[in-house]
Amino acid sequence: MNKPNITKTTKNNLFTCGGFIVLVVLMSILRGAGALSNSVQGYLVPLCIYIIMAISLNLVVGILGELSLGHAGFMCVGAYTSAIFSKCTEATITSVPVRFTLAILVGAFCAAVFGILIGIPVLRLKGDYLAIVTLAFGEIIKNICNSIYLGFDSNGFHVSFKDTVSLGLEEDGQVIIKGAQGISGTPKDSNFIVGAVLVLVILVIILNLVNSRPGRAIMSIRDNRIAAQSVGIDVTKYKLMVFTISAAFAGVAGALYAHNYATLTATGDKFNYNASIMILVYVVLGGIGNIRGSIIATIILYVLPEQLRFMRDYRMLVYAIVLILVMLYNWSPKMKEIREVLRIKIRNKFARKRVKEDIQI
Amino acid sequence: MTFLTHLFNGLTQGSIYAIIALGYTMVYGIAKMLNFAHGDIIMVGSYIIYTCMVSLNIPSVFSILIAMAFCTVLGIVTEKVAYRPLRGASSSLAVLITAIGVSYLLQNLALLIFKADPKQFSSVVSLGNISLFDGQLIIYGYMLVTIIVCVVVMVGLTLFVKKTKAGQAMQAVSEDRGAAQLMGINVNATIALTFAIGSALAAVAGALMCSASPTLTPYIGTMPGIKAFVAAVFGGIGSIPGAMLGGILIGIIEKISEAYISSQMADAIVFAVLIVVLLVKPAGLLGKNVQEKV
Repeated sequence: MNKPNITKTTKNNLFTCGGFIVLVVLMSILRGAGALSNSVQGYLVPLCIYIIMAISLNLVVGILGELSLGHAGFMCVGAYTSAIFSKCTEATITSVPVRFTLAILVGAFCAAVFGILIGIPVLRLKGDYLAIVTLAFGEIIKNICNSIYLGFDSNGFHVSFKDTVSLGLEEDGQVIIKGAQGISGTPKDSNFIVGAVLVLVILVIILNLVNSRPGRAIMSIRDNRIAAQSVGIDVTKYKLMVFTISAAFAGVAGALYAHNYATLTATGDKFNYNASIMILVYVVLGGIGNIRGSIIATIILYVLPEQLRFMRDYRMLVYAIVLILVMLYNWSPKMKEIREVLRIKIRNKFARKRVKEDIQI
Repeated sequence: MTFLTHLFNGLTQGSIYAIIALGYTMVYGIAKMLNFAHGDIIMVGSYIIYTCMVSLNIPSVFSILIAMAFCTVLGIVTEKVAYRPLRGASSSLAVLITAIGVSYLLQNLALLIFKADPKQFSSVVSLGNISLFDGQLIIYGYMLVTIIVCVVVMVGLTLFVKKTKAGQAMQAVSEDRGAAQLMGINVNATIALTFAIGSALAAVAGALMCSASPTLTPYIGTMPGIKAFVAAVFGGIGSIPGAMLGGILIGIIEKISEAYISSQMADAIVFAVLIVVLLVKPAGLLGKNVQEKV
């Protein structure tokens, strides 16, 4: 056989990445041709952001098998730190690509540090206790970002939790974070192509991680922790690794987010547990542990409420009902049986010869 | 004296959290699911009481009873329609997401029916205030009622779980569902009963909550729901005294830090305390640390 040795997983992964590239090219062409309305153009970058969030959360929920309800908190860390970096270096680093790359790296690094911080309790807690700690963590981050004041002058950074005056800035100083008003005037460096490239890079990293030796170790922890431990897999190390990587990617998404809007605040639903839960919904509906599914689910579920706008007040109601029905259809053991029976019936119609054997199953 | 005032505020808030947390902890202990829609049942209960009292002029006690009945039915129906079909699903996340769906559904239904503008709630308690130390410490009527109701609910629930047959069935189901079924316990009915009790308690909590802070919007249930969940975990999830203790501690910590540290950071402090407690005692304050069998 002269065929190159391509395994099924490689094929699958190539298909995932290829599919995404085709989609991006298609959107770019459509945008170039002016076929996209303003509102559609407006949610291209957020889509990239939420795809990154969903696939990085899938790493924790699907591959490691731990429930995290604070993923938006890491995004918040990434958004704030990268925005601070961009604001401080706007005058010194004039090249936009260099500055934005650095900002993304800063965001990813800071989020990763927080990932380690939150990863430490992971080692002691499991299941729903872990979920509540991650939720608490996300809320703490959001709360701090909402009430902090940060200024920058020749003496360095000044932090206060009261107001801008108590920062004690010198005359040349500038206030970066104004409490609940957040950061304004961040350079608008994000665009669809940068977002798409970042998604692709992260996609390749995650797909490779899953199919590597550490990836298999992580999945063995998910499937049976004690068995994994007994064959010498360092559970602590791998759990921490997954949390850190996932947090770093959420930080990247945050950096994209911060540089996509003129003002960055942590008020409302942007970074609280509602946001984390929304991303969790993408992951679960896309299929736990299925990276491609996460991407598809994110696209559909992000676009769906936007497209349902004509229904006005009924929009979120319809969304909620669809969500419940899809969950029942996908996961209910009874529905699974019914689907199985239907599948067999349909198959039998096409292959009459095997009717008797199949029905007995 | 101001400290005592804050303490009483905290105790009141904590009692409300405790009542919600009791519902949470029972549902979690028996159905092993995080019921994210629990907070929204509080909201529904509050709206029912509001409608009864303001539009229909029903006395407050009967309004609360109507709300409790409505929420009980609502709890049983959501359990039957949305959660029961997913029992035995291969991932526990499925029912979690469905609960989130139910939460969205209730919020948006309330938004459609009652609109987004906040409704002003009048206190369901018409008791006078108690003035102590020459008026330096005023204990409002609703505070006393809240604390008393909380204690009564806890004692009642404990007795119910310990002494009655249905309560013992609950304990059995929460310990080992399969074995309970083999002993002839109707697991589905027991779980439905738990949801009914939890939802009725949520209605009571709604009434008390709206007496303390009388603005009603479709989203009022979310944050207390989360806080009560925190309280349940804090005290040791599945334990009735734990939920009570956790709720009251969370309430006091919240109000004291609001008063002395920063009102914006109060939530952050509550959550930080939770993390610290879980690091020291991974099963919560009164929770049992179950050893893992290999």
